[in-house]
Amino acid sequence: MSKLQYTRDNRLLFTKEMKKEYTILCPMMLPIHMKFLRDILIKHGYKVELLDTTHTQIVNEGLQNVHNDTCYPALLVIGQLLDAIKSGKYERDKLALIITQTGGGCRASNYIHLLRKALKKNDMGDIPVISFNLNFMEKNPGFKITPGLLVELVYAVLYGDLLMLLSNQTRPYEINPDEADRLTDKWETKLSRELSGRTILNNKKFRQSMEQIVAEFADIPVKRVEKIKVGIVGEIYMKYSPLGNNNLEALLQQEGVEVDVPGLMDFIIYTCDNGATDARLYGINKGVSILTTLLKKYLVKMHNMLIDAVKTQSCFHAPSSYDHIKSLVQGYIGTGAKMGEGWLLTAEMIDLVNSGVDNIICTQPFGCLPNHISGKGMIRKIKGNYHNANIVAIDYDPGATRINQENRIKLMLSVARLNLLKRSANGKP
Amino acid sequence: MDCFIGIDIGSTTVKVVVLDENNAILYKHYGRHYARVRESTIELIDNLKCLLQERRMKVAITGSAGLGLSKDADIEFVQEVFATRIAVESILDKIDVVIELGGEDAKILFLTGGSEERMNGSCAGGTGAFIDQMASLLNVSLEELDLLSFNHKKIYNIASRCGVFAKSDIQPLLNQGANKADVAASIYQAVVDQTIAGLAQGRSIKGRVAFLGGPLTFLKGLQERFSETLKLDSDHAVFPVNAEYFVALGAALYSRNRTDMEYHQLMKKLKHAQSMRNTIQSLPPLFESHEQYKAFYTRHNSDKVKHVDIHSYEGDAYLGIDAGSTTIKLVLITPDGHILYSFYQSNYGEPIPLVKEHLQKIYQLGENRIRIRCGASTGYGEDLIRNAFHLDGSIIETVAHFFAARFYDPQVDFILDIGGQDIKCFRIKNNAVDSIMLNEACSSGCGSFIDTCAQILGYNIADFAKLGLFAKHPVNLGSRCTVFMNSSIKQAQKDGADVADIAAGLAISIIKNALYKVIRVSSPKELGNHIVVQGGTFLNDSILRSFEMETGKMVTRPPIAGLMGAFGAALYAKSLLKASSSILTSMELDTFTHSSRAAQCNQCTNKCKLTVNVFSGNEKYISGNRCERALGKGKQARLPNVYRYKLERLAAYQPKKNASLGKIGIPLGLNMYETLPFWHTLLSEAGFEVVLSGFSTREIYTKGQHTIPSDTVCYPAKLMHGHIELLLEKGVHTIFYPCMTYNFDELSGDNHYNCPVVAYYPELLQANVSALEEVQFLYPYFSLSNPRQFGKRVSSYFNTVFGIPKNITRRAVDKAYKEYYHYMNDIRDYGRRAIQFAEKHGKTIIVLAGRPYHIDQEISHGIDELVNSLGLVAISEDCVSHLEKKHRVNVLNQWTYHSRLYAAARYVTKHKNMQLVQLVSFGCGLDAITTDEVREILEDGQKLYTQIKIDEINNLGAAKIRLRSLIAAISL
Repeated sequence: MSKLQYTRDNRLLFTKEMKKEYTILCPMMLPIHMKFLRDILIKHGYKVELLDTTHTQIVNEGLQNVHNDTCYPALLVIGQLLDAIKSGKYERDKLALIITQTGGGCRASNYIHLLRKALKKNDMGDIPVISFNLNFMEKNPGFKITPGLLVELVYAVLYGDLLMLLSNQTRPYEINPDEADRLTDKWETKLSRELSGRTILNNKKFRQSMEQIVAEFADIPVKRVEKIKVGIVGEIYMKYSPLGNNNLEALLQQEGVEVDVPGLMDFIIYTCDNGATDARLYGINKGVSILTTLLKKYLVKMHNMLIDAVKTQSCFHAPSSYDHIKSLVQGYIGTGAKMGEGWLLTAEMIDLVNSGVDNIICTQPFGCLPNHISGKGMIRKIKGNYHNANIVAIDYDPGATRINQENRIKLMLSVARLNLLKRSANGKP
Repeated sequence: MDCFIGIDIGSTTVKVVVLDENNAILYKHYGRHYARVRESTIELIDNLKCLLQERRMKVAITGSAGLGLSKDADIEFVQEVFATRIAVESILDKIDVVIELGGEDAKILFLTGGSEERMNGSCAGGTGAFIDQMASLLNVSLEELDLLSFNHKKIYNIASRCGVFAKSDIQPLLNQGANKADVAASIYQAVVDQTIAGLAQGRSIKGRVAFLGGPLTFLKGLQERFSETLKLDSDHAVFPVNAEYFVALGAALYSRNRTDMEYHQLMKKLKHAQSMRNTIQSLPPLFESHEQYKAFYTRHNSDKVKHVDIHSYEGDAYLGIDAGSTTIKLVLITPDGHILYSFYQSNYGEPIPLVKEHLQKIYQLGENRIRIRCGASTGYGEDLIRNAFHLDGSIIETVAHFFAARFYDPQVDFILDIGGQDIKCFRIKNNAVDSIMLNEACSSGCGSFIDTCAQILGYNIADFAKLGLFAKHPVNLGSRCTVFMNSSIKQAQKDGADVADIAAGLAISIIKNALYKVIRVSSPKELGNHIVVQGGTFLNDSILRSFEMETGKMVTRPPIAGLMGAFGAALYAKSLLKASSSILTSMELDTFTHSSRAAQCNQCTNKCKLTVNVFSGNEKYISGNRCERALGKGKQARLPNVYRYKLERLAAYQPKKNASLGKIGIPLGLNMYETLPFWHTLLSEAGFEVVLSGFSTREIYTKGQHTIPSDTVCYPAKLMHGHIELLLEKGVHTIFYPCMTYNFDELSGDNHYNCPVVAYYPELLQANVSALEEVQFLYPYFSLSNPRQFGKRVSSYFNTVFGIPKNITRRAVDKAYKEYYHYMNDIRDYGRRAIQFAEKHGKTIIVLAGRPYHIDQEISHGIDELVNSLGLVAISEDCVSHLEKKHRVNVLNQWTYHSRLYAAARYVTKHKNMQLVQLVSFGCGLDAITTDEVREILEDGQKLYTQIKIDEINNLGAAKIRLRSLIAAISL
């Protein structure tokens, strides 16, 4: 039995013994990406359980244990973890939790503290919580992000982004139903094996795999007719998590539209890039800046490999490079706006519109602070410059009803349909 | 013979239109559906059998409640805003803007100059259903409300942001005796303001405007408010015929290109949909069986109230009156606490005649046998009632409730009271109120809400209460605010839930709201062992049962649950040990009259809107005032008040005339309230004439209201839009308002951020206030935390932008830092002297802990004055926070302003004569984190935690109750 060890400021540590004995519970966000992440962690000797629960008790746990005015993602993430602990499925004395911590001026950097508060309230203060971050916050002897692990994580994220992108671009046009989904499943399994296998992945192998995936998706028989394209941007959890956004992607797919969700890697590069912002604007934190700039360079290089791989097949439209996306916000919002999704959110909206995805759903938890500025606050300006832009902001919240959300999405889709009609009418001679 | 049918199912009504091939209307119908969406629709179509039987038809459904029906019936759906657009474009001519108000949705369509459609967000429920609610609050029909509104003399400020807010503004107006005609017009104005602010969001409403939907068709007064506010003449304000049918018309027109069907096919589809019951999230039933209910019933009704016959009783009696927000309660008790007379009634906005009537009745029934020894009042209207009827005393309602609960369970350690408009709960420790929690304006999921729901669904309240008891699948309606609950009900209706399930679901929601949102419990353990639940709402067995189920505890519900406030007041009256009462005698009552008029206090910039009540022709009672000055008592010796001091200090930063570089404007709001000394000095020294927008007023807010893109952002941020407009009006060509990710580092936390809104609001202004494109708006990113780096950056910035030599800027920077520290020291110094003053004079100190910008009188609405008027010294968090060393807290302590809160709270726990009141802006996301932490710090230090939420609501009623409860609790 592992001994409980605390830091000087009284934080319960995740120790080396715990690494062997404890099961780490991980909340869900992006299904494909997170599964890869789990596989890698397992490979590195951790016992990890990825939570795929979706029942209502999750929200109830959240409501009971987290201040109800806190953002919805906190309620869901903490609710999901508490619900899992209480489910009795896991050995209570040998549990640890993991949660991401981005740092920065948004209240999201407080999730981990709110989780610990909730644990204490439930007499579960003896369950260690691991902060998963790339900013060297909260170290634990039993959990280390080694360079090797980091490299593998980068592969995993890119694989996830690639599968998400390709399946989204194929699904609405496929001739044989479910073919894209089946191919996605196949690669999910295959890549899972590849990532957790003994042989260490290298860039060359990675490039080959990606190109093969792209080629196989391109082989799916499709009928390319012009369809409505809808981009999803917003606060990161609401944007990606089906639990949070009431299965938004599925809802849109049912409506027969092409969904375009910007990848996770952009956000990761963005957080890295922000490290250099303070040095650039205020002349502070210069040491950090050197490190993060290096890391950013590496990530951009890897991201470009993905872009190149998608470009090998002309039927897909490749994502924009990070630096291009960043350049887009000029005249909209300063790149010093770095709390939450910050300027990246604005940039993603502009990038979508630029690449022909005029219809956008901007998702956020009710009362999301940074999105007042970079989401809802920028829509007017974008619409002013792009008359086709058809953007709707949707708030998510434990009390907000699906019908309200759906009704507003339907309005956005009606306008999208009309625009599409007009366009095809104009296109004809 | 083809025809086209449009069915528009809204939140409260269903509208059907049948068109022939030439788009002529063959039939139209408008009616309420009382949540029976599918049945009502079938009935309607059934009635059309003769008309439709011989025809081929095309059908489309629209409307928020129609979505589910269209899916299940497999009938074409068209989104309602889109349908409106189709109808307007084909029926009306040259329309630029369409405004449509429905039951719960509000929509705006811009048809020219870049077409655009918008619907109200999820937090802006004030529309048709809102007007309904308000009318029932005034106890008038919609027609009467409309007529009343034409006789208004003035318009009150009513928060327009959401229905619940507006309601809490209106209620006190009524209680204070405001004129109904004025209130009616003000309600309309609130709807208009909400439409302009919440929907137009920066686009101006110009040209020919068409007004559609039920409320805008039937309510002429509302039409008038819109035309007047938007400055539209009769040529530009278009109120078309059939305005209430436009959405249905649009659907009918839309159906033209769809597949056709026959009458029997349509009926079959609809009936099929009716037979389907969607899987709704349902909760366990309240009672499994009638036996279970019987046992429950017996347990709760064994406590018989002791009534004594007023017709025969002889002796002393005590009177208690609880003038609540929507109801009035009165009890007359014997010295043993037995009830002689009681009544409980909705006050219909006019409590005084009711009290008069019942007092007369008491005198009549009591003949000369009963002597009222003493009478006391409590509740929202306690002052009005006390003054009107010359009662002997009044008592803060929280304490009244405690007195009453203690009578029923001397060991009571937890009281939950859910009334018409409030949820109050308190823990009792050592026979005193230990901590008090009151609901916020935003979560008033209380009794009156259930009443309104019952009415909307077509039930009377008593039946509705019973309806839920045996519901098999109570609906999960969520637990946020009432507006959200409204749309949850809509969702349940859509899914085909029946009324019983909704009634039970509502009961459960109300309890969950109270437990998790107001009390914030995580386990029933925290509630205590002797729980008394009371308030009229608990007379509803469904709600009582929900409470017991949710907490797993058996509780006491006094048989007079609805009268506990009045009962407590009567007990208090008894405790006053008066020899005789000053209460109006039977004869005085006969000649008693009451009239009221509106007035405005001009003693200070607050310009309080007053209501002057006149009793029996010569006695005056003024309400609506924040301080004593309105009462003509003149200037009294003023207690120390750091808010006042800060405002005076800031007002001293005047523009330097004839500056070489000309004018530069600074909007006075958010962090400028603290950094003004810095920027003012910097810019003045650099050679500018610094022009300030000035302190906020409601008018400033209104000025900028139309450019606010996010209606859920905090009020202080919203005010910035008005400040920018004001600067532009002052003819300023350059405006300076920097973005600041970081604040000053006071070394008291793990980091020193500003919140995202404070940090980047200039970005939002630049993107949404189009007038800023005409001037030079400067919003560079700066951090003041490192003076050397800042000096370097700002001097090169000023050099590039204005051509100011770097050495001049550098000198200005030095002076600016000096001035800032000087200012902060003065504040701390003032705080120190205030504390000394309090100690010397034996006064209690209230630390009003918020943000620097809370001193803005339009934000805190004079809470500081209120604190003073209660005999307390008012200081702010930054007067004491520097006196504490850095200390670890349980959350990430990374925002400078918020670090001060934790430090101030810790400081307060160490000082006996200090209490902390936390001011929280509605919508402040960070305060969800700080409030729990501040509470913990205070409670660990054996102090009470009091929170006051502030928004655009300018009624201090709730704040007053909290502060008085706090005072009562510390002096008990």
